[in-house]
Amino acid sequence: MEDMLFYDRMQFAFTITFHYLFPQLTMGLSLIIVYFKWKFLRTRIDHYNDAAKFWMRIFALNFAMGVVTGIPMEFQFGTNWAKFSELTGGIIGQTLAMEGMFSFFLESSFLGLFLFGEKLLGHKLHFVTGFLVFLGSWASGFLIIATHSWMQHPVGYEILSNGKFVLNNFSALFTNPWLLPSYLHNQLASLVTASFVMASIGAFYILNDKHSSFGKLFVKTGVIFGLISSVLVAFPTGDWAAKNVVEHQPVTFAAMEGLFETQDGGSEIVLIGQPNVVDKKLDNKIAVPNVLSFLTYQKWDAEIRGLNEFEPENYPTNIPGLYYAYHIMVGLGTLFIGIMALGAFQLWRKKLYSTKWILWSLLFFLPFPYIANTTGWYTAELGRQPWLVYNLMRTSEGISPTVSSGNTLFTLLGFIGLYLLLGMLFLILVGKIINKGPVTAEA
Amino acid sequence: MLAIYVVLDGYDFGAGIVHLFFAKKEKDKKAITNAIGPFWDANEVWLIASGGVLFFAFPTLYASSFSGFYLPLIMILWLLIFRAIGLELRGQIHNRLWEAVWDKAFGIASFLLALFFGIALGNVVRGVNLGMVENGVSAHEAHYFFLPLWNPTFSPTAEHLGIIDWFTILLGLVGVVILTIHGANWIIYKTNSDLNNTLRTVIFRLNFVLLALVVLSLVVWHVIAPKPFHNFIETPWLWIFPILTLIGLFGLFLIRTFKKDGTGFIFSSLFILGGFASTAASIFPKLLPSTNTVNPSLTVYNVAADEYGLSVGINWFIFAVILLIAYIFIQYRVFKGKMDNIGYGEH
Repeated sequence: MEDMLFYDRMQFAFTITFHYLFPQLTMGLSLIIVYFKWKFLRTRIDHYNDAAKFWMRIFALNFAMGVVTGIPMEFQFGTNWAKFSELTGGIIGQTLAMEGMFSFFLESSFLGLFLFGEKLLGHKLHFVTGFLVFLGSWASGFLIIATHSWMQHPVGYEILSNGKFVLNNFSALFTNPWLLPSYLHNQLASLVTASFVMASIGAFYILNDKHSSFGKLFVKTGVIFGLISSVLVAFPTGDWAAKNVVEHQPVTFAAMEGLFETQDGGSEIVLIGQPNVVDKKLDNKIAVPNVLSFLTYQKWDAEIRGLNEFEPENYPTNIPGLYYAYHIMVGLGTLFIGIMALGAFQLWRKKLYSTKWILWSLLFFLPFPYIANTTGWYTAELGRQPWLVYNLMRTSEGISPTVSSGNTLFTLLGFIGLYLLLGMLFLILVGKIINKGPVTAEA
Repeated sequence: MLAIYVVLDGYDFGAGIVHLFFAKKEKDKKAITNAIGPFWDANEVWLIASGGVLFFAFPTLYASSFSGFYLPLIMILWLLIFRAIGLELRGQIHNRLWEAVWDKAFGIASFLLALFFGIALGNVVRGVNLGMVENGVSAHEAHYFFLPLWNPTFSPTAEHLGIIDWFTILLGLVGVVILTIHGANWIIYKTNSDLNNTLRTVIFRLNFVLLALVVLSLVVWHVIAPKPFHNFIETPWLWIFPILTLIGLFGLFLIRTFKKDGTGFIFSSLFILGGFASTAASIFPKLLPSTNTVNPSLTVYNVAADEYGLSVGINWFIFAVILLIAYIFIQYRVFKGKMDNIGYGEH
């Protein structure tokens, strides 16, 4: 049974991690494409339209990857987490089905039109289709995070004598206090990824002295969107999301911050250190006194409960994993603000395109927002453990009763092989698109 | 919804099978990808949406069937992924080997998907050992089961059932044949390719095979599932579904006389929708029959979600369907008519 739980979790973790590499770009990117298209409509400068069309090609490729890797996510609820689906399907099935019915149909219908219909539709309608694709992808994120929020902080439910969760308040699913902070935090993080990708590819063109005029547009747009989003992702949305954790999952917060003991007179914030779960302390710790209390409660001496105040059986299953995921996210997030602020400063001084070291930094920063987004999700999901539905249903209670671990390992290996192939093909194709570069409209 | 999914993605699969067996020239292959290119991913959304609706409306059925049919479902996912990359990638690099590999991936995956969907239908009709009863005792909760891909005898009446047996294979073949016809009809409707005349002959001939397979499976069905016509005798208006199926079937024999290129597609759609509805009508109210006497079949009554959830669900569902009809209208309106020249997959 232990094996089974392990393979089920590994398969879900692997497939969702791979899947989320794509939507995190497309959600943010769709907004920037709509921005380009809007600039074009206002100025009628073809440069913006060509830029929009270039990014649409990258969008379409990522979107297709998102679709094909997304279907296995929904299926796994039934195949690997049957007991969970049976007991909570009446609730999370709602939001997941709504995602299919509202956002996927919207997105996929209009993406086809957006990609192939420019000539047939004319520019104004073409802009509208782009906007609808953006709307669909953001609605999709909203419904997924509504589902996620219910698992983190269940609301609007009632538990029957047979253990089934039934919905008794539909609108509560959308007024869940967990939802809005997580949603905004996530969407801004997606915009951070899109901005960095845009700036990175722009820097590539400038440094390469190829498509430089587009390179400049991409770097400029990437830096402006990037600065705004990386500031907003930390404050207020990240702060807001963290306060939710403090309030509703204090044991998770203690583990995230590596706080083994409650500290009298206010808690320190840990910058670096390795959690030592056996001795219940942090090794090689570098910490600043009282800052965590201040950040959390705006009072230097506020008490924050450490792990020692909770039952060990309710500790997050993987404390070091959770601690690292959280610290990597926060650390990278801080770097993002720094690099984007420098970029914006040079842009303001009109020196950005000739400041080589910033362009090189932007170029090489490409993977980091992906890492930050992924570790952010790990923080949320590892933080919820050992619960599947927080405080109500343990993860071990949710797995399929009849599927054997041998079968799950078989499909996990299959997914690993298939996704490696998929990942390689994706890189080849995206490399091809980037290498070819934007095409200028024929005069 | 699932029936609509099969009608829509069915022509994608069918086009893939046609691509595999009948498209020899590059021009014909292009015609086929142009005909399905802008539609396939929207069609696949129907699968996701059907899954989602099944999830919230019948959570117990979702849990039971998805875990019980674990292996084939995951394999269907892999095939869908292969099909998609085959279709999307072939035009990206102009190299004979590259194109040949992805053509085959696309065609073979389409073929297997059509086969699997027929097999899936066969499993639902035949039923499964709910609760995994052995010697009169359930090994699991009454609505859970697990099926291996096959059992050594490939028999649909054996004690230990498998996904693939001779009965489900039979329905799998029905799936392949009808979807090939359906896909060919779509290509005729959507393109002016040189292939169209050949395809009309193919449809005409395959239709005899389809007729034979349908008759054969009905006979076998009678042996395997008790009283398949019971509901029809009780509720005579249900006969409309088998009659529609037959109209679809016999209409296809006239394929070579149709004036409009879209008529054949209407008939094959009729066959698929009618066939689905007839099957559902035959087993209703069961959704997944039990092959043992210990545990009851899963029916619409014992697997449905609670009333409040369903009543909320139906409201947003109707709203979503109205929006959806609007999208489909817009989409098919913009891409109406023949699509030979859209250059799909050549960015």
